[in-house]
Amino acid sequence: MTLHIDIPEETFGTILAKAFRNTAFVAGFVITVLILAMAIVSYAWTPYDVTKLMISDKTQVPSLAHWFGTDHFGRDILSMVMVGARNSIAVALVAVGIGMGVGVPLGAFAAARGGLVDEALMRLNDLVFAFPALLSAIMITAIFGPGAVNAIIAIGIFNIPVFARVARAGALAIWPREFILAARAAGKSSTQISIEHVLPNIATLLLVQGTIQFALGILAEAGLSYLGLGAQPPMPSWGRMLFDAQTRMVVAPWMAIFPGMAIVVTVLGLNLLGDGIADILDPKSRRQR
Amino acid sequence: MTAYLLKRLAIAIATLILASMVVFAVLEVLPGDPARLMLGLNASADQVELLRNQMGLNAPLALRYLHWAGGLLSLDFGRSYTYSVPVIDLVRERLAVSLPLALIALALSTMIAIPVGLFSASRRGRAGDTISMGAAQLGVAVPNFWFALMLIYVFAVWLQLVPAGGFPGWSAGIWPALKSLLLPAVALALPQAAILARVTRSALIEVLNEDYIRTARAKGLPYRAVLWRHALRNAMIPVLTILGLQFAFLLAGTIIIENVFYLPGLGRLVFQAITQRDLIVVESVVMLLVAAVIAVNLLVDLSYAVVDPRLRTRQ
Repeated sequence: MTLHIDIPEETFGTILAKAFRNTAFVAGFVITVLILAMAIVSYAWTPYDVTKLMISDKTQVPSLAHWFGTDHFGRDILSMVMVGARNSIAVALVAVGIGMGVGVPLGAFAAARGGLVDEALMRLNDLVFAFPALLSAIMITAIFGPGAVNAIIAIGIFNIPVFARVARAGALAIWPREFILAARAAGKSSTQISIEHVLPNIATLLLVQGTIQFALGILAEAGLSYLGLGAQPPMPSWGRMLFDAQTRMVVAPWMAIFPGMAIVVTVLGLNLLGDGIADILDPKSRRQR
Repeated sequence: MTAYLLKRLAIAIATLILASMVVFAVLEVLPGDPARLMLGLNASADQVELLRNQMGLNAPLALRYLHWAGGLLSLDFGRSYTYSVPVIDLVRERLAVSLPLALIALALSTMIAIPVGLFSASRRGRAGDTISMGAAQLGVAVPNFWFALMLIYVFAVWLQLVPAGGFPGWSAGIWPALKSLLLPAVALALPQAAILARVTRSALIEVLNEDYIRTARAKGLPYRAVLWRHALRNAMIPVLTILGLQFAFLLAGTIIIENVFYLPGLGRLVFQAITQRDLIVVESVVMLLVAAVIAVNLLVDLSYAVVDPRLRTRQ
């Protein structure tokens, strides 16, 4: 006689069905796709040319011709917000890539080895965490000069310990499981086990952290470019637009309102998406709602 | 308990020493000769060399590090290249703006976040919870410097209740000084409060599912008493952790916020020092901020022991 336990199978279909019933996921997904689409469309088309200055049209209030108004050089704010999305997304996304690419192997390695290696890597993490991220990003961009690429590096470096921590914590929870023991018994090396068995099981954790870091990266990039350390003009960036808007708040508040809203909506969308994914794939967090 | 404390203390000191080496090394590779910067482009090579010797820039690397680190310990940070005053004077002057700002922001954020978290957790799934967590979700997404601009527009430009920027100094009286710190503090605090409220709520909900909460309710304790006395205390560990992390965010956040409001604080000082290549000021302020972060995290570790008696007896 065999003991038979029915475990409801999580197929791609059931997960998808759950996803569509999750408000946070749907809202986050729609917003994120729209923002991405906006950035992609900006390569082919924007209402106006963002590199052309039209002083005669300067600081116009939002109208049918210029939905978000124009800035002090007569540039269309909507077009600039669209083009600025590219920069924000590119910087934040590549920074997440750097963080995952370096942090996850480090965290998985620390969990697999344990002992002194683990301790050393975690102390190194503590060291990076002791530096307020924005302060160091300012220092890095000051050393290598301002610009989008250096902003990516500066933000990316601070994603590394975050992913290392998440990967390590996730991996530590997987290592004592029986299927790992089985893999060991089958003679697999710890590197093989990390890649074939641990990584797939912490992928969701990493995905959720990835959306959070993506959102934080958008905020960090905006902060750096507000300080003049991110993408350089004439390339529009949301942070730089806010800097330009600050001294003209009295005459043209729309110059500050719309780029800021673009940041808020993008970050909100990504956070909702992350929350949604965590909800759908992790039953524990669902129970707590 | 003692072993736990000693270990945390040792880690904090080791981190601090490593951090000082990193800061020193990073600024070594920063392009630009401070002596050349001070004298201007017209100075002769001899003049520059003389000043480099006077400033001790030609000494061996290890010696300069030890000299610098020793100076830090005795609060002798050296002289600013651009302001030609002792760095410690600059720091003291700027700290009088930044420290109150960070503390007011931290207090505001905690005073908003904990009640909202409690409110939400005790009404889980109901309208009040949905609304306040929706607001928190929005708050997390708002960049503090944009929020600051909006605050300036509404309260300084439109309603003219507070100044749009600048700082009159504490000598102008407590109220005018506080008034000019009000908007910056709110701008710093609200996004932080949103994060903290979410953490408080989820920590509380986790605790409220525990058996001892049911026991406390079953023995007839009123819900409020259980919430405040039993649940909140047990939920404090994750909340304290986030508070500690937020302190670092607040310090860094002041760099941008002080620039938005033209406040003569530490953040603005370090930002200007970086752009002016005033290395000694950058080094000192960065070390000060890093030391503050490490000290706060150590305090958080210690407060775990106060909040959670189990940690006190564990070996």
